[in-house]
Amino acid sequence: MTSNNTDLVRAGLARRYRAEKRFRLYGLGAILVALAMLLTLFVTIFGSGLGAFTATEMTLEVTLFPQDVDPEGNRDPDVLSAANYRKLISQAMLDLFPDVTTRQDRRALLAIVSDGATYEARRRVMADPSLIGQRIDITVPVSSDFDLLNKGKVDETSAEHERRITDKQIAWFKRLQDRGMISTTFNKRLFTNSDSRQPELAGILGAVVGSMYTLLITLALSFPIGVAAAVYLEEYAPQNWFTDMIEVNINNLAAVPSIVFGLLGLAVFLNVFGMPRSAPVVGGLVLTLMTLPTIIIASRAALKSVPPSIREAALGVGASKLQMIVHHVLPLAMPGMLTGTIIGMAQALGETAPLLMIGMVAFIADVPGGPLAPSTVMPVQIYLWADSAERAFVERTSAAIMILLAFLVFMNAGAVVLRKKFERKW
Amino acid sequence: MIKKTLTLAALAVVATAGAAEARDQIRIVGSSTVYPFSTTVAENFGKTTDFKTPVIESTGSGGGLKLFCAGVGTEHPDMTNSSRRIKKSEVETCAKNGVTDITEVKIGFDGIVLANGKNAPLFNLNKGQIFQALAKEVPVDGKWVANPYKSWSDIDASLPAEEIEVLGPPPTSGTRDAFVELVMEEGCLELPACAELKKADADKFKQVFGSMREDGAFIEAGENDNLIVQKLDANPLALGIFGFSFLDQNSDKIQGSNIEGVSPTFEAIASGEYKVSRPLFFYIKDAHVGTIPGIKEYVAEFTADKAWGPEGYLADKGLIPLPDDMRAEMAKQAADLAPLSL
Repeated sequence: MTSNNTDLVRAGLARRYRAEKRFRLYGLGAILVALAMLLTLFVTIFGSGLGAFTATEMTLEVTLFPQDVDPEGNRDPDVLSAANYRKLISQAMLDLFPDVTTRQDRRALLAIVSDGATYEARRRVMADPSLIGQRIDITVPVSSDFDLLNKGKVDETSAEHERRITDKQIAWFKRLQDRGMISTTFNKRLFTNSDSRQPELAGILGAVVGSMYTLLITLALSFPIGVAAAVYLEEYAPQNWFTDMIEVNINNLAAVPSIVFGLLGLAVFLNVFGMPRSAPVVGGLVLTLMTLPTIIIASRAALKSVPPSIREAALGVGASKLQMIVHHVLPLAMPGMLTGTIIGMAQALGETAPLLMIGMVAFIADVPGGPLAPSTVMPVQIYLWADSAERAFVERTSAAIMILLAFLVFMNAGAVVLRKKFERKW
Repeated sequence: MIKKTLTLAALAVVATAGAAEARDQIRIVGSSTVYPFSTTVAENFGKTTDFKTPVIESTGSGGGLKLFCAGVGTEHPDMTNSSRRIKKSEVETCAKNGVTDITEVKIGFDGIVLANGKNAPLFNLNKGQIFQALAKEVPVDGKWVANPYKSWSDIDASLPAEEIEVLGPPPTSGTRDAFVELVMEEGCLELPACAELKKADADKFKQVFGSMREDGAFIEAGENDNLIVQKLDANPLALGIFGFSFLDQNSDKIQGSNIEGVSPTFEAIASGEYKVSRPLFFYIKDAHVGTIPGIKEYVAEFTADKAWGPEGYLADKGLIPLPDDMRAEMAKQAADLAPLSL
């Protein structure tokens, strides 16, 4: 009988080992599929986005003729501000190409320089009026079509009418290159500028600052409220129909589509309280509503995982309930709560739909000066660029996605570090 | 620490209530078609004057007019962009909410193109053929039936023997409205059966030209025109419907089909020869002029020839300018804040 059983087990052993191996392979396969998808995503985004981190610049020698900038010579800031800097830039370009005479050709030639040159000349003069009358070197990006040409993304062999730049323009650009006026540098404008209609001038700074304000407000509100709610529900609340209902509602809220919170924000914060449109403070409030359920649920789970023996021991040596929670339970539950908060914040960082309703999907060229100033956030910036016709925005969209991903990695790494720190104490 | 953050947050919330009062920045809402143009002007305006750069939201024409008409006061926008003219009902809503003085500025035209990949054959279509390809119900032998056409050559032997596959905007888009009005309605009327139907049953007629096929030949591709362009590049058999500026920016990848024998070029749309184009507008809330700084100056920047002229920077972005005399008249109207007349 015994030997019979052993034989039976032995006979099935090979089959069971095989099943075991298959089971392991399924798991490995699932991981591989997920990795392959992630890799595809990264390769596409990095492939199209890396170009945005380099910029093609040209150094242009501009003469700041006093008769154009400041005809009366009294350095009146209003006059300096309104001067025709475009004309100075055109003059500088035309001086380089004396052979360009017809009106149409001049227009085509000027298209090589970004509008940024005009702004830069104005900025320099406003900052230091003593420059008037001098020749200054202005380093500005070339307009995005030529940036793409320099990066080899324009097929020069295609028929002329099939590209956005003409043969003449290509020839002029080559001449500029030959004179050593064109250089390729790191695209710092991507990080120091805000949104712009000109791809070569567009940057992510305004959106990053807007995201920061929005998330700060979200964190400042949702973390304390979420933790307090979880502590009350877990440690104090009696078990009755009322708390049951609250629990059901919280779980429900976690699954509500985010646009609904945007509508709520529009109705309550904008229409009832009269808060400003497009402001990070309203965005933060709306995202707080959205992340609260996530944080409460995670915090409650973290509190539940603290063994009752800790509570009983604390109470047993005479700690009050407050001391028991603050000294013992909360520190133990903190890593779990932080994880929940980070997940909630990461969700909030990537959210656009609720912000649409409160006016944060907007063109904002200034860096927001505070949580009340109009601003946009990073995913909205990505969305707006993805929707733009200009070709050069394609690579900027991918670059912005890379920056957003970097932020997420940074946040999650921070969470891991914090978690480790808290864990070591216990 | 928790106490501190809570207090801070509470303070922030309280501070907002007071801050809603003053505003020194123009706020513009409205059409996503006009958005690239008004943002270009706003940026130039912000960077070359001491005024702050206006904040421009892309809400769609209808959504923009709704916000615009909600009332007078700093919490409401100062201007709205629109890819269609304001409706009578909207003017009435405006008036009910105290927005009585509105100035209309027509800024130019936007062509709607039907384009396909460069490596595919160029289409020569007329509106009647487009209607027959895309409408849910078409007349066959005098009877209205569900659209039976599978390939273009089924409609007209001169067209390529390729399967009908058209990517277009969803019903929420102003481009879709304009396409239905300019192509589908007029295309329908080119067919005798449709002209009869209009006389006999106007409601049914509206339903016929307004309903697109749902059997997979017409695909709603979302609001993102770039996505349609990419799909056309990948799938040369398909056609896409979108605004002219996207054709202009991607002329190396896609080609615009000839409609009624006219190719959608900048010149053809500007001269009115290419018929599938619509006017673009913005509306000014006159009550805000003087209260919010910079409105007049922004409008002046927009209506200057260096912006909206045939060689202005908006033309580079794909705006089709108004004819010279009309532009001069519009600029004057805008500067005088002439009241809207429907």
